[in-house]
Amino acid sequence: MARPFVKVITANALLEGDAIWFTQNGTWSRNIADAEVLTDEAHADIRILEAQADQSAIAGVYLADAKVTDAGPAPVHFREAFRTRGPSNYSHGKQEA
Amino acid sequence: MYVYNDFDEAFVRTRVAQFRAQVERRIDGSLTEDEFKPLRLMNGLYLQLHAYMLRVAVPYGTLNSAQMNKLAYLADTYDKGYGHFTTRQNIQYNWPELRDVPDMLSDLADVGMHAIQTSGNTIRNVTADHFAGAAKDEIEDPRPVAELLRQWSTDHPEFQGLPRKFKIAVTGCEADRAVIRAHDIGIQIVRNAAGEIGYKVIVGGGLGRTPMIGKVLSDFVSKADLLPYCEAIVSVYNLLGRRDNKYKARIKITLHENGIDKIQDLLNALFEQIQSLFGGFDQQLLAEIEHSFAPPAFKVKSTDGYDAARLANPAFRSWTDTNLSDHRADGYAIVSISIKKHGATPGDATSAQMRVMADLAAKYGHDELRISHEQNVILPHVHKSDLLAIYTALRAADLATANIGLISDIIACPGMDYCALATARSIPVAQEIATRFDELKLEHEVGPLKIKISGCINACGHHHVGHIGILGLDRAGVENYQITLGGDGTETTTIGERAGPGFGADEIVPAVERLVLGYLDLRMSPSETFLQAYRRLGAAPFKDILYPEKAAQNAA
Ligand code: HEM
Ligand code: SF4
Repeated sequence: MARPFVKVITANALLEGDAIWFTQNGTWSRNIADAEVLTDEAHADIRILEAQADQSAIAGVYLADAKVTDAGPAPVHFREAFRTRGPSNYSHGKQEA
Repeated sequence: MYVYNDFDEAFVRTRVAQFRAQVERRIDGSLTEDEFKPLRLMNGLYLQLHAYMLRVAVPYGTLNSAQMNKLAYLADTYDKGYGHFTTRQNIQYNWPELRDVPDMLSDLADVGMHAIQTSGNTIRNVTADHFAGAAKDEIEDPRPVAELLRQWSTDHPEFQGLPRKFKIAVTGCEADRAVIRAHDIGIQIVRNAAGEIGYKVIVGGGLGRTPMIGKVLSDFVSKADLLPYCEAIVSVYNLLGRRDNKYKARIKITLHENGIDKIQDLLNALFEQIQSLFGGFDQQLLAEIEHSFAPPAFKVKSTDGYDAARLANPAFRSWTDTNLSDHRADGYAIVSISIKKHGATPGDATSAQMRVMADLAAKYGHDELRISHEQNVILPHVHKSDLLAIYTALRAADLATANIGLISDIIACPGMDYCALATARSIPVAQEIATRFDELKLEHEVGPLKIKISGCINACGHHHVGHIGILGLDRAGVENYQITLGGDGTETTTIGERAGPGFGADEIVPAVERLVLGYLDLRMSPSETFLQAYRRLGAAPFKDILYPEKAAQNAA
């Protein structure tokens, strides 16, 4: 069975390269829990164009699979989960804060 | 060693200034990411999972102490106090901020370093045997030729838009420590029957998605012909190499699809034209370069103290047993400093460790350091009477691990802890294997064994040529590790054979342990290495050890 369409828009911050997510009010957050959850493919197409327009803030926008939890949207794939934390060999990146 | 001339210096400075302007235009939004990306890649700047990454070239792996100290300074000033040495004899910084990168490049230029052509479809950093100029078995130092090739290829107008990246490696002896058969062009310095020095040229090796061992294109190219010959090879590739499919774009595929005879014919025709255009200037240049690689003034001194220290101190003796190699000068040794402490990240050195190594090179090592493709640091020229002092200083800096060539001396690419292309992590697997075998206290008993780990099919961790290779994959959203066996990255290059189905993240370390313990039972004697036992017995008994249930079924 095809997985239902549940996505978030993500990118890297232009200056630091840190993982960021696109929120409902068109800003970028360092926390995936703030991300806008997209469940409609056509709407997602529009939102990603809007997100891409923000060239002086971000690099490399894409849609990532997500799931909705009590704490807000969360990653599905392990790659996206690492992006919310940082590397596993040092406590650098987001987990450091 | 080679020192930049005015031309090199001006060229690098100009590039830094250009890049500074490009970064400014990117930050103010006048360049989009699509426009900026090729520009940053040309300057070694990647965007990874959590941050940017700057890849700095260490041409043919050679550094002096001022350069190593500068790398330490960069790690402290712009990064998190460490750097990662890679299999391409580069150093990577994992946490620079975009705004700082032009300053980093400018600081590097102060010591004659840069990040040019560490990326993109160009001729990349030319690598060489990390024992160059020191190895006992060497015909000639390969670095002058590597430097000549570097100068020729840097900013070469015809070769900035090749079908794909192009990697050249050079070695000065039969023993291959530079994996030349897995490069686009591999060059081995040889002597012909008349005693003249020339080059054996191997083409079309590579790892990645389609691993191939290079084929000998010529057994002997004379010194004067080398540059035109290489130019002809790259020109033929530029013409025939596929641009429609990046997975079929490397020269190994060009060679495979067109056949070596067709390539030879085209090459020979082109070579004659190109040769006549070179006019000998390159040979004049080579002579100058060779001059700057003149060997240091080796000292003559007694080694009695060293022999006595070895007898008196077992830990020192163990370190000298594993971490030294034969030097061509009497009384000298080549020291390999392991950047593979058990449980640490392979290839990562802190700024403090870099400074210690730089100081040791300045004080005892004729001011030379090397980065090996096995992600270790080498002091190529050390008199044996200084070894105890060096060992003591290394120990204090947590750099005295006695494991060169052993199971915990693992090559691992950054994998999904950093790399945006990864399909699984590789660093934690390396950390766990090393930690486990340290607990078992078995690695010296196991003897020479090379484990190499890549976090995706691109094979940056050379897994295809590991005695045990590990490839991390994504199987339905879960990390999965495939084992290959019997690979070899030396002069007897062999691509490892896939053992069977992959292992989950919690199964891979026990699988490796089973395999290695099983080898101890299979070997004829303690002197038969893992690779020798594998070659003698074939894959079957090793597969039975890896997949005991399947073996039991077959037996039933
Ligand atoms: C983290 C950023 C990196 C990226 C994006 C990257 C990307 C790639 C890609 C795409 C290939 C395959 C090229 C092809 O077959 O056409 C490759 C090959 C390779 N990379 Fe990396 N790599 C990275 C890091 C490294 C590191 C850290 C090392 C050294 C440890 C390394 C060493 C190599 C080597 C030796 C190959 C050889 C395979 C070959 O070209 O035949 N790379 N890399
Ligand atoms: S092998 Fe794959 S995961 Fe590892 S560094 Fe290369 S591209 Fe990244």
